Amino acid sequence: MRNVWVIAKKDLGSFFNSPIFYIVATVFLIIYSFIFFNILNFFSFQSFQAGQLQAMGMNLNLNEMVIEPSLQNMSVILLMIIPIITMRSFADEKKMKTFRLLLSSPIHLREIILGKFLSCMIVVAVMILISSYSVGFLFLLGEPETGPVVTGYLGILLMAGCFVSVGIFASSLTENQIIAAVLTFGFSLFMWVIGWGAQAAGSTTGQILQYLSIVDHLEHFLKGMVDTSDLVYYLSFILFNLFLCHRVLDSNRWR
Amino acid sequence: MIEVENLTKHYGPRRAINNLTFQIARGEVVGLLGPNGAGKSTTMDILSCILSASSGTARIRGYDTFEHSFEIRKIIGYLPETPPLYPDMSVRDYLMFAAQVRGMAGKQTGNAVERVIENCSLQDVGHRIIGRLSKGYQQRVGLAQAMVHDPDILILDEPTIGLDPIQIIEIRKLIQELAASHTIILSSHILPEVTQICQRVIIINEGEIAAVDSLAGLTASLRKSERLSLTIRNENSKVAEELNSIDQVLSVLPKEKNQFLIECKLNSNLQDEIARLALANQWGLVEIKPLSLTLEDVFLKLTVEEKDVQA
Repeated sequence: MRNVWVIAKKDLGSFFNSPIFYIVATVFLIIYSFIFFNILNFFSFQSFQAGQLQAMGMNLNLNEMVIEPSLQNMSVILLMIIPIITMRSFADEKKMKTFRLLLSSPIHLREIILGKFLSCMIVVAVMILISSYSVGFLFLLGEPETGPVVTGYLGILLMAGCFVSVGIFASSLTENQIIAAVLTFGFSLFMWVIGWGAQAAGSTTGQILQYLSIVDHLEHFLKGMVDTSDLVYYLSFILFNLFLCHRVLDSNRWR
Repeated sequence: MIEVENLTKHYGPRRAINNLTFQIARGEVVGLLGPNGAGKSTTMDILSCILSASSGTARIRGYDTFEHSFEIRKIIGYLPETPPLYPDMSVRDYLMFAAQVRGMAGKQTGNAVERVIENCSLQDVGHRIIGRLSKGYQQRVGLAQAMVHDPDILILDEPTIGLDPIQIIEIRKLIQELAASHTIILSSHILPEVTQICQRVIIINEGEIAAVDSLAGLTASLRKSERLSLTIRNENSKVAEELNSIDQVLSVLPKEKNQFLIECKLNSNLQDEIARLALANQWGLVEIKPLSLTLEDVFLKLTVEEKDVQA
């Protein structure tokens, strides 16, 4: 565990010492804030209308109408931004030949992989944490329910974990960061839209496709439900990708 | 300490090394010598557990580099051909990281880092970003990285490449100091370096061992004739003629002004004879010097002669 942290700390250092983190985080926050305030604006417009037509007032809900769509949109931004964060992980180590230092050191491959995963997750978590000022703002103005907010963020983090694990795996395949980013984005997007094939496919295949879809599992979390099957999906998705990454790096010794 | 047996490595269809077998005893300083692309780096990668061999075994202190690589990785320090440096880290942070990755913890890490910074004369650049250092400093940081955890065995792939002559001397001195308490295997294609630092040489050519011996042994075994250099003061056109009249002299080659290279049969000890000739003819003898084969000659002989056989 100590070794995992040694690796993670080194990677975090290079994130925060280079402009990459600040640029990515700024872009993320600007886009997210723009979307959030648009949603909020639409909500206040509707509440204003509802105030005039008393009958409509019943269905207005901060959680459902502001937080849920905001987090949904955030997941799309993450899909596009996480590949940039993860692309360096192994590609850069291989290109700069620094991976040899790690390989010739008494440290397990799984510790290296977990360290890289941890550092990327911390970077993503920091960005999400900063963006959560938006929800704090809502707590100041109104009274949203806490439960769905907590599970919503948990879902977002798990989903981000999936993207990061894909990114780490993709980065282990190549020395080229751009290839790593494109592969990550492509595979993540594919896992996102795979559920769309459900209707065309038969009922059994359809169900499988639906279950495989990354985004369908997020819905439950955003609604305030923590379903074991969703947790199992996300965790096994992450573990499977990290396992593939381990296999790839281990097999490099054999080339 | 290090035992390599029938080590072979293929990269796809290309064979990088073939059937290498050699031993290195504890405390030895061994030079791995060969032209570029001979398989030096591959051999070192296998010894450092970065690559696995296609066949054959390499054992360090009885541990197999494949089966028990973890044990080996604790006791080796490796400087690859390209130093594994993170360009965005400062020298001190980087060495801290290297020490921690090598399993050091707590206060000893800091002490170890300060020690190698001093040993490798990095005091002036400790806080600087590695990417902005000159190649020479980077190479020294690479060397510091390999020895920060005070490993028993140092594997150094071309440790003095890219350094200026003064730095080369410093690094050589450092390696010689380390040699007292470490087993060192270093590769090079710079021959004088190996001559100065190493007790034993393994010459690799096209993936195969061309020779393993001490320097003296190598030169001796390859010597088919002896060479003497003669310098005289007075100009004399008959020197070559006179010298050729000695039985054991094979050839006389005039070099610079009043300097001659005499090739003679092995163990003929002609110094006395030549001196007598010089006195008798009043050449004004300045110097008679036996010339030993340099490693360069040995190296060329080994690698070129083999080619001739193949052709």
